[in-house]
Amino acid sequence: MRATVLVRPKPGILDPQGEAVESSLRHLGFPVGEARVGRVVDLEVEATDAVAARAEVERMCEQLLANPLIESYEIELEDAQ
Amino acid sequence: MTEREPRPRIGVITFPGSNDDRDALQALELLGAEAVPVWHADERLPDVAGVVLPGGFSYGDYLRCGAIARFSPAMRAVADFAALGGPVLGICNGFQILCEAGLLPGALRPNASLSFVCRDVDLRVERTDTPFTSLCEPGGVLTIPVKHGEGCWFASDELLAELEANGQIVLRYRDNPNGSVADVAGVVNADRNVMGLMPHPEHAVDPLLGSSDGALILRGLIASARDRAVVTA
Repeated sequence: MRATVLVRPKPGILDPQGEAVESSLRHLGFPVGEARVGRVVDLEVEATDAVAARAEVERMCEQLLANPLIESYEIELEDAQ
Repeated sequence: MTEREPRPRIGVITFPGSNDDRDALQALELLGAEAVPVWHADERLPDVAGVVLPGGFSYGDYLRCGAIARFSPAMRAVADFAALGGPVLGICNGFQILCEAGLLPGALRPNASLSFVCRDVDLRVERTDTPFTSLCEPGGVLTIPVKHGEGCWFASDELLAELEANGQIVLRYRDNPNGSVADVAGVVNADRNVMGLMPHPEHAVDPLLGSSDGALILRGLIASARDRAVVTA
């Protein structure tokens, strides 16, 4: 089963990368509001049902993929079939 | 006098991507310790009375700085050593690893400027009631170099207030180079035996290199390790 993990800096956390992207976009003439930059992790998970897969990926997020102090995460599951 | 004092054994852990491990070993030897190299894959620490996690770019700083190194086998041994009260000093990447491991509070983020900073900085000593700063003057100023891209220490307002109240903020920048919360440059854990800082004391142990203020911090660690070695001997 394929899983996608989206990791984002939590609201209020200084995100200098996002600020740099935001100012570059404005410089190019795109009138964007706030830009925040996170990370995407695509995974192949060895689990047959979605509940087990989600639980497994959640453990990965808590232990390694995100730092809960400064980052939030979102898990999307997509059946490989 | 100093020559007759025992040289406590202090381990310096090398992770893949560490690059200040040799400087740390050399500085510790120069200042009166027997510095012992430790490989990150070692599951047990050799017989040491103190530990240094050196600077560098462990595991290429992939994912987040220190996020992968914290799972090295040696880190389990370091956590056990710290839990027994052993002094542990994390410098730069070592600080990042200790935060990721949950042995120190807070997290380190990319510098607010997004630029790598490499220069001497002035640090105000906020606390001298830690083994690492016991030889410093309260309120004194240390000049020690920083060199990092992700040294912006972060703690929530609640966590910061708790750390301030506990006296765990040990060093502050006088002119903040990275945007860290409350100008924090170095913190200790609640038990005060684990410290992390972004500046590099091991690069400031000889006036020839601009400053020897870093020696005060390393000598503090060495003195603490010496006491510990005597107690446990």
